[in-house]
Amino acid sequence: MTYTALSLTLIFVCIPLLLSKTLKLGLEKDTLIATVRSIVQLLAVGYILKFVFNANSYSYIFLMVALMIIVATLNARKKGAGIKGITWKIALTLVAIEIVTQGVLLGFHIVPATAQYIIPISGMLIGNSMVLSILFLNRFIAEITSHKNEMELILSLGGTPKQAIHRQLISAIKASMIPTIESQKTIGLVQLPGMMSGQIIGGADPIQAVQFQLLIIFALLTTATLSSIMIGFLSYPVLFNERMQIFNTTNTRGNKM
Amino acid sequence: MNTLYEPAIHFQQVHFSVNDKTILKSITGSFPKGQITTLVGPSGAGKTTLLKLCNGLLSATQGHIRIDQQPISAFEPTALRRHVGIALQAAPMIAGTVWENLALPRTLQGKKLSQQEATQYLEDVGLAKSFLHQSIDELSGGQRQKVSIARTLINQSSILLLDEITSALDRQSVQEIEKLIVTINEKYNVTMIWITHNLQQALTIGHYTWVMMDGELIEAGRSTLLNAPTNPRVAEFIQGANL
Repeated sequence: MTYTALSLTLIFVCIPLLLSKTLKLGLEKDTLIATVRSIVQLLAVGYILKFVFNANSYSYIFLMVALMIIVATLNARKKGAGIKGITWKIALTLVAIEIVTQGVLLGFHIVPATAQYIIPISGMLIGNSMVLSILFLNRFIAEITSHKNEMELILSLGGTPKQAIHRQLISAIKASMIPTIESQKTIGLVQLPGMMSGQIIGGADPIQAVQFQLLIIFALLTTATLSSIMIGFLSYPVLFNERMQIFNTTNTRGNKM
Repeated sequence: MNTLYEPAIHFQQVHFSVNDKTILKSITGSFPKGQITTLVGPSGAGKTTLLKLCNGLLSATQGHIRIDQQPISAFEPTALRRHVGIALQAAPMIAGTVWENLALPRTLQGKKLSQQEATQYLEDVGLAKSFLHQSIDELSGGQRQKVSIARTLINQSSILLLDEITSALDRQSVQEIEKLIVTINEKYNVTMIWITHNLQQALTIGHYTWVMMDGELIEAGRSTLLNAPTNPRVAEFIQGANL
Protein backbone atom coordinates (compact mmCIF):
# COMPACT_ATOMS: atom_id res chain seq x y z
CA MET A 1 0.00 0.00 0.00
CA THR A 2 1.30 3.45 -0.86
CA TYR A 3 1.34 6.32 1.66
CA THR A 4 -1.07 8.21 -0.68
CA ALA A 5 -3.53 5.32 -0.47
CA LEU A 6 -3.02 5.13 3.32
CA SER A 7 -3.68 8.88 3.69
CA LEU A 8 -6.98 8.42 1.85
CA THR A 9 -8.10 6.03 4.60
CA LEU A 10 -8.18 9.09 6.89
CA ILE A 11 -11.67 9.54 5.42
CA PHE A 12 -12.65 6.93 8.00
CA VAL A 13 -11.44 9.32 10.68
CA CYS A 14 -13.23 12.32 9.16
CA ILE A 15 -16.64 10.56 9.23
CA PRO A 16 -16.78 10.14 13.03
CA LEU A 17 -15.31 13.65 13.49
CA LEU A 18 -18.06 15.19 11.35
CA LEU A 19 -20.80 13.13 13.00
CA SER A 20 -19.47 13.93 16.47
CA LYS A 21 -19.45 17.65 15.66
CA THR A 22 -22.93 17.59 14.08
CA LEU A 23 -24.54 15.59 16.89
CA LYS A 24 -22.49 17.38 19.59
CA LEU A 25 -21.11 14.09 20.92
CA GLY A 26 -17.99 15.87 22.15
CA LEU A 27 -15.71 13.07 20.97
CA GLU A 28 -13.63 15.08 18.47
CA LYS A 29 -10.65 15.62 20.77
CA ASP A 30 -10.48 11.98 21.87
CA THR A 31 -10.86 10.77 18.27
CA LEU A 32 -8.00 13.00 17.12
CA ILE A 33 -5.75 11.93 20.01
CA ALA A 34 -6.52 8.26 19.31
CA THR A 35 -5.76 8.73 15.60
CA VAL A 36 -2.45 10.52 16.16
CA ARG A 37 -1.38 8.02 18.84
CA SER A 38 -2.16 5.01 16.66
CA ILE A 39 -0.24 6.50 13.72
CA VAL A 40 2.82 7.34 15.82
CA GLN A 41 2.81 4.12 17.89
CA LEU A 42 2.23 1.74 15.00
CA LEU A 43 4.74 3.44 12.67
CA ALA A 44 7.33 3.40 15.46
CA VAL A 45 6.64 -0.31 16.11
CA GLY A 46 6.81 -0.96 12.35
CA TYR A 47 10.28 0.60 12.08
CA ILE A 48 11.47 -1.12 15.28
CA LEU A 49 10.22 -4.50 14.02
CA LYS A 50 11.90 -3.93 10.65
CA PHE A 51 15.17 -3.20 12.44
CA VAL A 52 14.84 -6.24 14.75
CA PHE A 53 13.86 -8.58 11.90
CA ASN A 54 16.83 -7.45 9.83
CA ALA A 55 19.22 -7.77 12.78
CA ASN A 56 17.73 -11.20 13.64
CA SER A 57 19.56 -11.16 16.95
CA TYR A 58 18.24 -13.03 20.00
CA SER A 59 19.19 -10.13 22.30
CA TYR A 60 16.86 -7.78 20.38
CA ILE A 61 14.07 -10.41 20.48
CA PHE A 62 14.60 -10.79 24.22
CA LEU A 63 14.50 -6.99 24.68
CA MET A 64 11.29 -6.68 22.67
CA VAL A 65 9.54 -9.45 24.66
CA ALA A 66 10.81 -7.99 27.96
CA LEU A 67 9.45 -4.58 26.95
CA MET A 68 6.05 -6.14 26.13
CA ILE A 69 5.95 -7.84 29.54
CA ILE A 70 6.92 -4.63 31.37
CA VAL A 71 4.29 -2.50 29.58
CA ALA A 72 1.58 -5.18 30.05
CA THR A 73 2.47 -5.52 33.76
CA LEU A 74 2.37 -1.77 34.37
CA ASN A 75 -1.00 -1.57 32.64
CA ALA A 76 -2.62 -4.53 34.42
CA ARG A 77 -1.30 -3.76 37.93
CA LYS A 78 -3.48 -0.63 38.23
CA LYS A 79 -6.53 -2.89 38.70
CA GLY A 80 -4.96 -4.77 41.57
CA ALA A 81 -3.09 -1.91 43.21
CA GLY A 82 -4.55 -2.88 46.60
CA ILE A 83 -3.02 -6.36 46.47
CA LYS A 84 0.46 -6.38 48.00
CA GLY A 85 3.15 -7.26 45.47
CA ILE A 86 0.73 -7.39 42.52
CA THR A 87 3.38 -6.01 40.10
CA TRP A 88 5.78 -8.93 40.47
CA LYS A 89 2.87 -11.40 40.59
CA ILE A 90 1.63 -10.21 37.18
CA ALA A 91 5.18 -10.04 35.78
CA LEU A 92 5.91 -13.58 37.00
CA THR A 93 2.67 -14.82 35.42
CA LEU A 94 3.48 -13.21 32.05
CA VAL A 95 7.02 -14.61 32.12
CA ALA A 96 5.62 -18.08 32.89
CA ILE A 97 3.15 -17.78 30.00
CA GLU A 98 5.92 -16.72 27.62
CA ILE A 99 8.15 -19.60 28.73
CA VAL A 100 5.38 -22.22 28.44
CA THR A 101 4.01 -21.09 25.08
CA GLN A 102 7.33 -20.37 23.37
CA GLY A 103 8.75 -23.51 24.97
CA VAL A 104 6.13 -25.61 23.19
CA LEU A 105 6.20 -23.67 19.91
CA LEU A 106 9.98 -23.52 19.57
CA GLY A 107 10.78 -26.74 21.43
CA PHE A 108 8.67 -28.83 19.06
CA HIS A 109 9.79 -26.72 16.05
CA ILE A 110 6.16 -25.73 15.41
CA VAL A 111 7.35 -22.28 14.31
CA PRO A 112 10.87 -21.20 13.31
CA ALA A 113 12.90 -19.51 16.06
CA THR A 114 13.04 -16.15 14.29
CA ALA A 115 11.98 -12.67 15.31
CA GLN A 116 9.29 -12.70 12.62
CA TYR A 117 7.43 -15.46 14.53
CA ILE A 118 8.48 -15.00 18.16
CA ILE A 119 7.65 -11.32 18.46
CA PRO A 120 4.13 -11.20 16.93
CA ILE A 121 3.06 -14.42 18.71
CA SER A 122 4.45 -13.15 22.04
CA GLY A 123 2.66 -9.84 21.48
CA MET A 124 -0.68 -11.54 20.91
CA LEU A 125 -0.34 -13.89 23.89
CA ILE A 126 1.04 -11.31 26.34
CA GLY A 127 -1.58 -8.76 25.24
CA ASN A 128 -4.36 -11.28 25.72
CA SER A 129 -2.97 -12.29 29.08
CA MET A 130 -2.86 -8.63 30.15
CA VAL A 131 -6.54 -8.16 29.29
CA LEU A 132 -7.42 -11.37 31.13
CA SER A 133 -5.42 -10.31 34.18
CA ILE A 134 -7.37 -7.06 34.28
CA LEU A 135 -10.68 -8.92 33.90
CA PHE A 136 -9.65 -11.36 36.63
CA LEU A 137 -8.49 -8.69 39.09
CA ASN A 138 -11.63 -6.61 38.54
CA ARG A 139 -13.85 -9.58 39.22
CA PHE A 140 -11.75 -10.97 42.09
CA ILE A 141 -11.76 -7.68 44.02
CA ALA A 142 -15.50 -7.21 43.38
CA GLU A 143 -16.19 -10.79 44.58
CA ILE A 144 -14.16 -10.27 47.76
CA THR A 145 -15.84 -6.96 48.51
CA SER A 146 -19.38 -8.26 47.98
CA HIS A 147 -18.84 -11.61 49.75
CA LYS A 148 -16.82 -10.49 52.74
CA ASN A 149 -19.54 -11.80 55.11
CA GLU A 150 -19.33 -15.26 53.57
CA MET A 151 -15.55 -15.28 53.88
CA GLU A 152 -15.79 -14.16 57.50
CA LEU A 153 -18.38 -16.89 58.15
CA ILE A 154 -16.03 -19.62 56.91
CA LEU A 155 -13.14 -18.26 58.95
CA SER A 156 -15.40 -17.98 62.01
CA LEU A 157 -16.32 -21.67 61.71
CA GLY A 158 -12.65 -22.68 61.73
CA GLY A 159 -11.97 -22.60 57.99
CA THR A 160 -8.60 -21.66 56.50
CA PRO A 161 -8.03 -18.57 54.27
CA LYS A 162 -7.91 -20.86 51.23
CA GLN A 163 -11.31 -22.34 52.15
CA ALA A 164 -12.69 -18.88 52.92
CA ILE A 165 -11.76 -17.44 49.53
CA HIS A 166 -12.28 -20.60 47.45
CA ARG A 167 -15.67 -19.65 45.97
CA GLN A 168 -14.59 -16.08 45.13
CA LEU A 169 -11.36 -17.29 43.56
CA ILE A 170 -13.05 -19.93 41.40
CA SER A 171 -15.81 -17.56 40.39
CA ALA A 172 -13.29 -14.89 39.30
CA ILE A 173 -11.12 -17.43 37.44
CA LYS A 174 -14.16 -18.76 35.55
CA ALA A 175 -15.51 -15.30 34.79
CA SER A 176 -12.20 -14.16 33.30
CA MET A 177 -11.86 -17.31 31.15
CA ILE A 178 -15.41 -17.41 29.77
CA PRO A 179 -14.93 -14.62 27.15
CA THR A 180 -11.94 -16.49 25.62
CA ILE A 181 -13.82 -19.79 25.45
CA GLU A 182 -17.06 -18.20 24.19
CA SER A 183 -15.33 -16.16 21.48
CA GLN A 184 -13.60 -19.30 20.24
CA LYS A 185 -16.94 -21.06 19.83
CA THR A 186 -18.05 -18.59 17.16
CA ILE A 187 -14.65 -17.88 15.64
CA GLY A 188 -14.78 -17.74 11.87
CA LEU A 189 -18.60 -17.69 11.85
CA VAL A 190 -19.15 -14.09 12.88
CA GLN A 191 -15.83 -12.46 12.15
CA LEU A 192 -12.48 -13.52 10.82
CA PRO A 193 -9.76 -13.14 13.39
CA GLY A 194 -7.43 -10.18 12.89
CA MET A 195 -4.25 -12.16 12.37
CA MET A 196 -5.87 -14.49 9.85
CA SER A 197 -7.44 -11.59 7.95
CA GLY A 198 -4.08 -9.81 7.89
CA GLN A 199 -2.33 -12.85 6.44
CA ILE A 200 -5.03 -13.37 3.79
CA ILE A 201 -4.89 -9.70 2.78
CA GLY A 202 -1.10 -9.97 2.70
CA GLY A 203 -1.46 -12.73 0.08
CA ALA A 204 -1.01 -15.85 2.23
CA ASP A 205 -2.80 -19.09 1.47
CA PRO A 206 -6.09 -19.09 3.50
CA ILE A 207 -5.43 -22.64 4.78
CA GLN A 208 -1.97 -21.60 5.94
CA ALA A 209 -3.57 -18.54 7.61
CA VAL A 210 -6.15 -20.75 9.33
CA GLN A 211 -3.41 -23.07 10.61
CA PHE A 212 -1.59 -20.16 12.24
CA GLN A 213 -4.82 -18.83 13.65
CA LEU A 214 -5.58 -22.23 15.20
CA LEU A 215 -2.12 -22.24 16.74
CA ILE A 216 -2.87 -18.88 18.33
CA ILE A 217 -6.33 -19.76 19.65
CA PHE A 218 -5.03 -22.98 21.20
CA ALA A 219 -2.22 -21.05 22.85
CA LEU A 220 -4.75 -18.44 24.02
CA LEU A 221 -6.59 -21.14 25.96
CA THR A 222 -3.39 -21.84 27.87
CA THR A 223 -2.69 -18.17 28.52
CA ALA A 224 -6.27 -17.61 29.69
CA THR A 225 -6.11 -20.49 32.15
CA LEU A 226 -2.58 -19.84 33.35
CA SER A 227 -2.90 -16.08 33.83
CA SER A 228 -6.05 -16.08 35.98
CA ILE A 229 -5.08 -19.18 37.99
CA MET A 230 -1.51 -17.99 38.62
CA ILE A 231 -2.47 -14.44 39.60
CA GLY A 232 -5.34 -15.78 41.74
CA PHE A 233 -3.28 -18.29 43.67
CA LEU A 234 -0.37 -15.86 44.05
CA SER A 235 -2.68 -13.07 45.25
CA TYR A 236 -5.09 -14.58 47.76
CA PRO A 237 -2.58 -15.32 50.56
CA VAL A 238 -1.69 -11.63 50.92
CA LEU A 239 -5.35 -10.82 51.65
CA PHE A 240 -4.98 -12.54 55.05
CA ASN A 241 -2.50 -12.13 57.91
CA GLU A 242 -0.70 -14.87 59.85
CA ARG A 243 -3.61 -15.10 62.33
CA MET A 244 -5.91 -15.96 59.39
CA GLN A 245 -7.73 -12.64 59.57
CA ILE A 246 -8.97 -10.72 56.54
CA PHE A 247 -7.05 -7.51 55.89
CA ASN A 248 -9.33 -4.51 55.89
CA THR A 249 -10.97 -4.55 52.45
CA THR A 250 -12.19 -1.08 51.72
CA ASN A 251 -13.14 -0.76 48.08
CA THR A 252 -12.59 -2.04 44.58
CA ARG A 253 -10.58 0.88 43.32
CA GLY A 254 -7.25 -0.40 44.37
CA ASN A 255 -6.90 1.34 47.70
CA LYS A 256 -5.72 -0.45 50.80
CA MET A 257 -7.10 -3.96 51.04
CA MET B 1 -17.21 -8.44 87.61
CA ASN B 2 -17.51 -11.04 90.32
CA THR B 3 -14.26 -13.02 90.37
CA LEU B 4 -15.66 -15.92 92.39
CA TYR B 5 -16.44 -17.59 89.10
CA GLU B 6 -13.90 -19.24 86.86
CA PRO B 7 -13.51 -17.00 83.81
CA ALA B 8 -14.12 -18.45 80.37
CA ILE B 9 -12.65 -15.32 78.79
CA HIS B 10 -10.51 -12.76 80.59
CA PHE B 11 -9.46 -9.36 79.23
CA GLN B 12 -6.51 -7.46 80.66
CA GLN B 13 -6.11 -3.84 79.51
CA VAL B 14 -7.30 -4.67 75.99
CA HIS B 15 -7.14 -1.95 73.35
CA PHE B 16 -8.20 -2.18 69.74
CA SER B 17 -7.72 0.45 67.07
CA VAL B 18 -7.89 0.43 63.29
CA ASN B 19 -6.48 3.10 60.96
CA ASP B 20 -5.62 5.28 64.01
CA LYS B 21 -9.24 5.11 65.21
CA THR B 22 -9.65 3.70 68.71
CA ILE B 23 -12.52 1.22 68.98
CA LEU B 24 -11.81 -0.36 72.40
CA LYS B 25 -10.04 1.27 75.36
CA SER B 26 -8.55 -0.48 78.39
CA ILE B 27 -11.03 -3.33 78.63
CA THR B 28 -10.42 -5.36 81.77
CA GLY B 29 -12.87 -7.98 83.00
CA SER B 30 -14.10 -11.55 82.64
CA PHE B 31 -16.97 -13.56 81.24
CA PRO B 32 -17.84 -16.27 83.77
CA LYS B 33 -17.71 -19.89 82.61
CA GLY B 34 -21.00 -21.64 81.93
CA GLN B 35 -23.00 -18.41 82.32
CA ILE B 36 -24.89 -16.14 79.93
CA THR B 37 -23.34 -12.67 79.84
CA THR B 38 -25.08 -9.98 77.85
CA LEU B 39 -23.27 -7.03 76.29
CA VAL B 40 -25.40 -3.91 76.14
CA GLY B 41 -24.74 -0.34 75.16
CA PRO B 42 -25.41 2.12 72.36
CA SER B 43 -24.41 1.40 68.76
CA GLY B 44 -20.73 2.07 68.12
CA ALA B 45 -19.74 1.08 71.67
CA GLY B 46 -17.36 -1.61 70.34
CA LYS B 47 -19.45 -4.67 71.33
CA THR B 48 -19.11 -6.53 68.01
CA THR B 49 -15.37 -5.78 67.91
CA LEU B 50 -15.04 -7.25 71.41
CA LEU B 51 -16.78 -10.46 70.27
CA LYS B 52 -14.55 -10.73 67.19
CA LEU B 53 -11.47 -10.43 69.44
CA CYS B 54 -12.73 -13.43 71.44
CA ASN B 55 -12.67 -15.86 68.50
CA GLY B 56 -9.71 -14.35 66.71
CA LEU B 57 -11.48 -12.76 63.74
CA LEU B 58 -9.60 -9.67 65.00
CA SER B 59 -6.57 -9.31 67.26
CA ALA B 60 -6.15 -6.81 70.11
CA THR B 61 -3.73 -3.98 69.38
CA GLN B 62 -2.62 -4.00 73.04
CA GLY B 63 -3.38 -6.03 76.14
CA HIS B 64 -3.98 -9.69 76.87
CA ILE B 65 -6.91 -12.03 76.35
CA ARG B 66 -7.05 -15.45 78.01
CA ILE B 67 -9.47 -18.14 76.88
CA ASP B 68 -10.04 -20.87 79.50
CA GLN B 69 -6.88 -19.67 81.29
CA GLN B 70 -4.75 -19.94 78.12
CA PRO B 71 -3.35 -16.90 76.29
CA ILE B 72 -5.37 -16.46 73.09
CA SER B 73 -2.14 -16.50 71.05
CA ALA B 74 -1.48 -20.07 72.26
CA PHE B 75 -4.44 -21.29 70.20
CA GLU B 76 -4.00 -22.11 66.53
CA PRO B 77 -6.51 -19.78 64.72
CA THR B 78 -8.75 -22.54 63.34
CA ALA B 79 -8.77 -24.39 66.70
CA LEU B 80 -9.63 -21.15 68.54
CA ARG B 81 -12.59 -20.50 66.23
CA ARG B 82 -13.96 -23.99 66.83
CA HIS B 83 -13.52 -23.61 70.57
CA VAL B 84 -15.14 -20.14 70.59
CA GLY B 85 -18.02 -20.18 68.10
CA ILE B 86 -19.77 -17.07 66.84
CA ALA B 87 -23.24 -16.52 65.37
CA LEU B 88 -22.85 -13.37 63.31
CA GLN B 89 -25.46 -10.62 63.28
CA ALA B 90 -26.77 -11.05 59.73
CA ALA B 91 -26.65 -14.88 59.95
CA PRO B 92 -24.58 -15.12 56.74
CA MET B 93 -25.09 -18.35 54.79
CA ILE B 94 -23.40 -20.04 51.90
CA ALA B 95 -25.65 -20.46 48.85
CA GLY B 96 -27.46 -23.79 48.91
CA THR B 97 -29.61 -25.79 51.30
CA VAL B 98 -29.96 -25.87 55.09
CA TRP B 99 -28.14 -29.21 54.97
CA GLU B 100 -25.13 -27.73 53.15
CA ASN B 101 -24.93 -24.93 55.69
CA LEU B 102 -25.20 -27.29 58.66
CA ALA B 103 -22.52 -29.54 57.19
CA LEU B 104 -20.16 -26.59 56.56
CA PRO B 105 -18.22 -26.77 59.88
CA ARG B 106 -17.53 -30.47 59.20
CA THR B 107 -16.82 -29.97 55.48
CA LEU B 108 -14.14 -27.43 56.42
CA GLN B 109 -12.42 -30.19 58.41
CA GLY B 110 -12.84 -32.73 55.61
CA LYS B 111 -15.45 -34.62 57.62
CA LYS B 112 -19.09 -35.52 56.98
CA LEU B 113 -22.26 -34.73 58.92
CA SER B 114 -24.76 -37.58 59.04
CA GLN B 115 -28.42 -36.94 58.28
CA GLN B 116 -29.27 -38.16 61.77
CA GLU B 117 -26.91 -35.63 63.38
CA ALA B 118 -28.20 -32.82 61.17
CA THR B 119 -31.79 -33.65 62.12
CA GLN B 120 -30.85 -33.71 65.80
CA TYR B 121 -29.22 -30.26 65.62
CA LEU B 122 -32.24 -28.89 63.73
CA GLU B 123 -34.56 -30.26 66.41
CA ASP B 124 -32.35 -28.73 69.10
CA VAL B 125 -33.01 -25.29 67.63
CA GLY B 126 -36.71 -25.99 67.12
CA LEU B 127 -36.74 -26.67 63.37
CA ALA B 128 -38.41 -29.71 61.82
CA LYS B 129 -36.53 -32.31 59.76
CA SER B 130 -38.38 -31.09 56.66
CA PHE B 131 -36.18 -27.96 56.64
CA LEU B 132 -33.08 -29.99 55.92
CA HIS B 133 -33.32 -29.86 52.14
CA GLN B 134 -34.92 -26.43 51.95
CA SER B 135 -33.04 -23.65 50.16
CA ILE B 136 -31.52 -21.00 52.42
CA ASP B 137 -33.32 -18.32 50.36
CA GLU B 138 -36.70 -19.70 51.43
CA LEU B 139 -36.09 -19.22 55.16
CA SER B 140 -37.51 -16.42 57.31
CA GLY B 141 -35.19 -14.24 59.41
CA GLY B 142 -35.92 -16.28 62.55
CA GLN B 143 -35.35 -19.60 60.76
CA ARG B 144 -32.02 -18.32 59.36
CA GLN B 145 -30.87 -17.37 62.84
CA LYS B 146 -31.84 -20.80 64.15
CA VAL B 147 -29.87 -22.50 61.35
CA SER B 148 -26.95 -20.17 62.11
CA ILE B 149 -27.03 -21.18 65.80
CA ALA B 150 -27.38 -24.89 64.94
CA ARG B 151 -24.39 -24.59 62.59
CA THR B 152 -22.30 -23.04 65.37
CA LEU B 153 -23.31 -25.89 67.73
CA ILE B 154 -21.91 -28.49 65.31
CA ASN B 155 -18.36 -27.42 66.20
CA GLN B 156 -19.29 -28.23 69.84
CA SER B 157 -17.79 -24.93 70.98
CA SER B 158 -17.55 -24.47 74.72
CA ILE B 159 -18.01 -20.71 74.32
CA LEU B 160 -20.66 -19.23 72.04
CA LEU B 161 -20.71 -15.60 70.93
CA LEU B 162 -24.04 -14.22 69.71
CA ASP B 163 -24.08 -10.91 67.88
CA GLU B 164 -27.52 -9.23 68.00
CA ILE B 165 -29.18 -12.36 66.73
CA THR B 166 -32.70 -11.22 67.63
CA SER B 167 -32.50 -7.61 66.45
CA ALA B 168 -34.36 -8.05 63.15
CA LEU B 169 -36.90 -10.67 64.21
CA ASP B 170 -40.62 -10.64 64.96
CA ARG B 171 -41.81 -11.05 68.55
CA GLN B 172 -42.54 -14.77 68.29
CA SER B 173 -39.15 -15.56 66.75
CA VAL B 174 -37.44 -13.47 69.45
CA GLN B 175 -39.16 -15.50 72.17
CA GLU B 176 -38.19 -18.77 70.48
CA ILE B 177 -34.53 -17.71 70.19
CA GLU B 178 -34.50 -16.52 73.82
CA LYS B 179 -35.79 -19.93 74.92
CA LEU B 180 -33.19 -21.60 72.70
CA ILE B 181 -30.33 -19.63 74.28
CA VAL B 182 -31.37 -20.75 77.76
CA THR B 183 -31.76 -24.36 76.60
CA ILE B 184 -28.33 -24.48 74.93
CA ASN B 185 -26.71 -22.92 77.97
CA GLU B 186 -28.31 -25.50 80.28
CA LYS B 187 -28.14 -28.55 78.01
CA TYR B 188 -24.58 -28.15 76.73
CA ASN B 189 -23.23 -26.00 79.61
CA VAL B 190 -21.98 -23.53 77.00
CA THR B 191 -20.66 -20.13 78.10
CA MET B 192 -22.61 -17.54 76.15
CA ILE B 193 -21.77 -13.93 75.38
CA TRP B 194 -24.72 -12.21 73.81
CA ILE B 195 -24.93 -8.72 72.36
CA THR B 196 -28.45 -7.37 72.65
CA HIS B 197 -30.18 -4.02 72.38
CA ASN B 198 -33.11 -5.38 74.35
CA LEU B 199 -32.39 -4.60 78.01
CA GLN B 200 -35.36 -6.69 79.10
CA GLN B 201 -33.66 -9.71 77.52
CA ALA B 202 -30.42 -8.86 79.31
CA LEU B 203 -32.28 -8.68 82.61
CA THR B 204 -34.41 -11.79 82.28
CA ILE B 205 -32.12 -14.17 80.38
CA GLY B 206 -28.58 -13.00 81.05
CA HIS B 207 -26.89 -13.97 84.31
CA TYR B 208 -24.34 -11.20 83.95
CA THR B 209 -24.18 -7.95 82.02
CA TRP B 210 -21.48 -5.69 80.65
CA VAL B 211 -22.51 -2.14 79.78
CA MET B 212 -20.21 -0.65 77.14
CA MET B 213 -20.05 2.92 75.84
CA ASP B 214 -17.58 4.60 73.47
CA GLY B 215 -15.26 1.59 73.49
CA GLU B 216 -15.11 1.37 77.28
CA LEU B 217 -16.51 -1.06 79.82
CA ILE B 218 -18.57 1.22 82.05
CA GLU B 219 -20.23 -1.22 84.38
CA ALA B 220 -20.22 -5.01 84.81
CA GLY B 221 -21.91 -7.38 87.20
CA ARG B 222 -25.02 -9.44 87.72
CA SER B 223 -27.78 -8.48 85.31
CA THR B 224 -29.77 -6.97 88.15
CA LEU B 225 -27.37 -4.02 87.97
CA LEU B 226 -29.60 -2.80 85.14
CA ASN B 227 -32.29 -2.20 87.79
CA ALA B 228 -29.99 -0.10 89.93
CA PRO B 229 -26.95 1.16 87.99
CA THR B 230 -24.29 2.96 90.02
CA ASN B 231 -22.86 4.86 87.06
CA PRO B 232 -24.85 7.95 85.99
CA ARG B 233 -24.08 7.35 82.27
CA VAL B 234 -25.47 3.84 82.56
CA ALA B 235 -28.52 5.14 84.40
CA GLU B 236 -29.11 7.65 81.60
CA PHE B 237 -28.69 4.97 78.93
CA ILE B 238 -31.15 2.62 80.70
CA GLN B 239 -33.64 5.43 81.14
CA GLY B 240 -33.37 6.22 77.43
CA ALA B 241 -33.95 2.57 76.58
CA ASN B 242 -37.18 2.56 78.65
CA LEU B 243 -36.40 -0.59 80.61
